[in-house]
Amino acid sequence: MSTTLFDKVWDSHVVRKIEDGPDVFFIDRHFIHEVTSPVAFLGLKERGISVLYPERTFATADHNTPTINQHLPVQDALSANQLKALEDNAAEYGISHWGLGHQKNGIVHVVGPENGITLPGATIVCGDSHTSTHGAFGAIAFGIGTSEVEMVMATQCIMQPKPKKMRINVNGELSKGVGPKDVALYIISQLTTSGGTGYFAEYAGDVFENMSMEGRMTVCNLSIEMGARGGMIAPDQKTFDFLEGRLYAPKGEAWDKAVAYWKTLKTDADAVFDTELNINASDIEPMITYGTNPGMGIGISKNIPNANQVEGGAETYKKSLAYMGFEENDVMIGKPIDFVFLGSCTNGRIEDFRAFTEIVKGRKKADNVTAWLVPGSHVVEAQIIEEGLLDILTEAGFVLRQPGCSACLAMNDDKVPAGKYAVSTSNRNFEGRQGPGSRTLLASPIMAAAAAVTGVLTDPRNLF
Amino acid sequence: MAYDKFNILTSSAVPLPIENVDTDQIIPARFLKATERVGFGDNLFRDWRYNGDDTPKADFVLNDSTHSGKILVGGKNFGSGSSREHAAWAVYDYGFRAVVSSFFADIFKGNCLNIGVLPVQVTPEFAETIFNAIGADPKTELEINLPEQTITLKATGQKESFEISGYKKDNMINGFDDIDYLQNIKEEIVGFANKLPY
Repeated sequence: MSTTLFDKVWDSHVVRKIEDGPDVFFIDRHFIHEVTSPVAFLGLKERGISVLYPERTFATADHNTPTINQHLPVQDALSANQLKALEDNAAEYGISHWGLGHQKNGIVHVVGPENGITLPGATIVCGDSHTSTHGAFGAIAFGIGTSEVEMVMATQCIMQPKPKKMRINVNGELSKGVGPKDVALYIISQLTTSGGTGYFAEYAGDVFENMSMEGRMTVCNLSIEMGARGGMIAPDQKTFDFLEGRLYAPKGEAWDKAVAYWKTLKTDADAVFDTELNINASDIEPMITYGTNPGMGIGISKNIPNANQVEGGAETYKKSLAYMGFEENDVMIGKPIDFVFLGSCTNGRIEDFRAFTEIVKGRKKADNVTAWLVPGSHVVEAQIIEEGLLDILTEAGFVLRQPGCSACLAMNDDKVPAGKYAVSTSNRNFEGRQGPGSRTLLASPIMAAAAAVTGVLTDPRNLF
Repeated sequence: MAYDKFNILTSSAVPLPIENVDTDQIIPARFLKATERVGFGDNLFRDWRYNGDDTPKADFVLNDSTHSGKILVGGKNFGSGSSREHAAWAVYDYGFRAVVSSFFADIFKGNCLNIGVLPVQVTPEFAETIFNAIGADPKTELEINLPEQTITLKATGQKESFEISGYKKDNMINGFDDIDYLQNIKEEIVGFANKLPY
């Protein structure tokens, strides 16, 4: 029988099927961070059980960590306590821990692939919805709740009903200035934030085949924002080249054997999906969001839609625009902004910093803009310096911060004040996401760069 | 973690007819710093419920004494966003035992089922009927019957069936959780793991 990439990986990890219930699903790799793991460890303690396979779980601290002066003690007592809990729990249960200050520390979804922990055909979970990032390697990766974190530590399994299958085909050529983030925001604007619910997506077509691994990670990362549990892309030579030689990737004979297996991981020609979406690459413009969910995105040259043009309730829509301080039919270009955030598990990789730097090179940061440039890991940070990007950024008036989740979710010190507008390369523009009352405009690194140097929303295509 | 068994719940309901209620509204990230599962109910819908100076916002439904009960009725796509189980904990700790909506986000729904909050998915029409009934009489009662998988408006007898897997239904009625099940098949899991490539 013909099967999809998703079927091949899923079915090979089902320990048993429960009648009128979920599958008992085996997890190869488990990431944990400080926020969603402490109660899971408490659960283990209360039940008196140990971690079944500590070598399959990897801990890193990222959500709470400050992005300046990381050598000093963490100021916020609650954050410090949570970071300490992760360190203590990891030590107690024999789990590898890349805490604050460790050279391998960084955002969990950046350091996993960087170290070859993420592999094609693997099943990967983490108590974090953007675990979908790892699908870029042909893994099944998705976010779980804390009860499930406990299950994975106790038994290396969770209980999951198999999701339905969706394929998103994007073919054709992307225009200049349109990148992976724009492709993803365009897909979400078409599907809405609930259009993918109940599905696991496969991204296919020449746009993804031609995309870098970093770009694929950005796209898969945002799968959850259309409601899908995750999204994946068939592994290819680019995937293998990215992984070869990385710390946890197989070596020698094991590597050859692994690659031979990975080459079988693709959807059969006549396999059937529950639903398919076809998109023409040339329809996609540089995207910007104007509302309070990631589905509320438009091309930068477009006006904000009227309530009667959008699906769903007009009341919710108007509430959202009121929060943003926008009106129906507003023009986006030229709107003043206050903050720019480059970073997060969505856009905190080297390619994102290259794209941002290309725009700001030879220009200056606008005086009205506060910019936070936050690499996703120390490895990315080192690359920024090594490639000479830091010199260009410094010359343009920008400062590079230290790795972490930073302004993506207002859990650490990097918060956008109430009423202020932030052009953000992160993943969510929910009310208060970047701080109480903050107003987030999601965009690509080059859109963020264009706003950073002009101080207003600007079509980045005019700055090449 | 142990939770209250769920059988038949009869209660008035709190209406929140807003679409796409995301987990950052249910519990903002800055309240996720606890290392124990305590006090999350106090911060349920924190920024909709309180002003910046911690005074209650009078127009938010949780601050309106005409509405109370153990059932929360939300708009379409309830619980979208993050995987934080803290959102489900906040709902439970506040005192809700069931959430009714015409559509739930996946992870939130799964988290609810794992901690003893019953997500009841109804048709958009029935959700509208419930909102109207609460609008007409805030004390109107809903009966959620888990063994029968039905939700009924007590005043009129209008009723709908809802879906839940037999496995999860059994768990909720008995207060079991998945770890109990998985612990019992550990040998089978280890045998399976030994055959995997990595």
